[in-house]
Amino acid sequence: MILDLDKFIRRETPFWEELQSFVRELERDPHARLDFDRLQRFHYLYERAAGGLGKLATYSLRPETSDWLEQLVAAAHAEIQDGNRLQSRFSFKDWFFRVWPATVMRHWRALLLSAGIMLAGSFFGAVVLLVDPAAKGDLIPEGFSHLRGDPSERVAGEESRKSSGEEGKKWNSSFSAKLMTHNTQVAVFALCLGITWGIGTILALFYNGVILGAVALDYAAAGETVFLLGWLLPHGIVEIPAFLIAGQGGLLLAGAVVGWRNPYSLSARMRLLLPKLVTILCGVALMLIWAGLVESFLSQDHEPQLPYAAKIAFGLAEAVVLAGFFAHFGRRNLEEEQAERPFHSSEPKKPKR
Amino acid sequence: MFRVRTPEGIEFSQPIASPVLRLLAVSIDFGIILLCVELIQIPLTLLRVLSADTAQAIAFLAAFVIEIGYGIALEWRQKGQTIGKRVVKIRVAHGAGSKLLLSQIVMRNLLRVVDHLPFFYAVGGLAALADRQGRRLGDIAAGTVVVRIPKPRLPPLEAAATEKYNSLRDCQTLTARLRQEVTPELADAALQAVQRRASLSPEARLRIFSELAARFQSLVPIPEEVVRSLSKERLVFNVVDVLFYGEKKS
Repeated sequence: MILDLDKFIRRETPFWEELQSFVRELERDPHARLDFDRLQRFHYLYERAAGGLGKLATYSLRPETSDWLEQLVAAAHAEIQDGNRLQSRFSFKDWFFRVWPATVMRHWRALLLSAGIMLAGSFFGAVVLLVDPAAKGDLIPEGFSHLRGDPSERVAGEESRKSSGEEGKKWNSSFSAKLMTHNTQVAVFALCLGITWGIGTILALFYNGVILGAVALDYAAAGETVFLLGWLLPHGIVEIPAFLIAGQGGLLLAGAVVGWRNPYSLSARMRLLLPKLVTILCGVALMLIWAGLVESFLSQDHEPQLPYAAKIAFGLAEAVVLAGFFAHFGRRNLEEEQAERPFHSSEPKKPKR
Repeated sequence: MFRVRTPEGIEFSQPIASPVLRLLAVSIDFGIILLCVELIQIPLTLLRVLSADTAQAIAFLAAFVIEIGYGIALEWRQKGQTIGKRVVKIRVAHGAGSKLLLSQIVMRNLLRVVDHLPFFYAVGGLAALADRQGRRLGDIAAGTVVVRIPKPRLPPLEAAATEKYNSLRDCQTLTARLRQEVTPELADAALQAVQRRASLSPEARLRIFSELAARFQSLVPIPEEVVRSLSKERLVFNVVDVLFYGEKKS
């Protein structure tokens, strides 16, 4: 019980101000570390201020002082609970070769589901076009006007250009930048739609599959399979998996939102998932940057300037590297993680009821 | 109010930012993003003379990076505040009272694409109206909450100190009950009234102090012999003196 509020505040103010200077120091430098003695002092001051706050709150007086002290205790609490300070500095190499592939591979079921949904969409698109060829205009959106016409006419037009060439290459860089940004926006959108209980992500994956299936069947039926592979493989072999991985992220987000058969609260589920989603998104962005460069600088060149065989071989080589990257680094890191923590799963155990 | 109870049993609260303040902050940030995208065009005009393609590519990428990165970079570096939030004195806070994580900031900013649907924050606005803490979908997913920033300084101790005899102090039970029953809001209102009394018109002064005295007396019945010789204003003075200056004054 505080007998003299004025005296109490006068006595405590130096301690509160000392705590405030600690908080400011830690806020200024996110990587600052206190030695043991200072750490003990910081914790003592935090507990003392928290105790003071409790007393002031009980008395319900001097609301300005209570508010100020509440903010100070909240800031000190945030610094004490700051998990970032315990982590080592970010290493791109470590993230690229260890964290990212391991994150993607750890949730391979979601990736498989994402691929399955897109495949189902492709199948649907192909079947609809097979049954009703006139539906092409409805299946392929206006934004892809070059794909709505006759495939053979397009191929003839592309190949007759002396070089796809002189005019096109003038705008290669800007076309590439446009592709990168647009594709990244689409991938981010597909992932974020996971928050709609996954419905949005599923629709996005399925619809993109529909377009892909319809285009593939259209070109194959017109006897332009080689052109299609030569045009699509160099960038698509990276772009399509990137979109599938974004879909994987969306499905994981949906899983956390729905929380089916999961005993944890929504906030606990999201806390576990958020770093993984950010990792997935950053990886997807890298893949789409590469795909944008390839699509702009390689995919738009056709025979006779660039043999289709060379383009297909390039696409297949990318596929081998991509699959090898995830299989090698993803699996190796999963095994390392399990070996290091044989008695711990990557997720917390179900609490006992 | 957004309340946090720490594992040590300490409880603190922070005021939730109103939708109006948040909308104002978003509008300011939107204006700044547009301005930055326009400003980028100035150096690119010169580059366009050398290579129109490169200039166009840089314009695309810069606009994309500014749109996506503005909120993420500023909230990460400026303790949950963009320029708009700083102007209206609000900030993003961790839902558990801890320090904001980069993953939280990234996700709450990226999820704006869903909150934006189908037009200017319609989904986010509905979610905020339905949520007790006024959170849009991005905040719910990221485990964050947008709070107002109260006054940053420790207020000075000066109050309505009076050197005159205070009859309320003669009765310890009465002073103890006053300290227990009077709410912080009422105590603050009384302190403000005492501090600003000189700026009030005589009628307003009479009415305010009468109302305050009545409120105090309704909370804690003050014996007739104690208040008999006191005006309403003097009674409020004495109550403030008791509330803010403890048992004994030097």
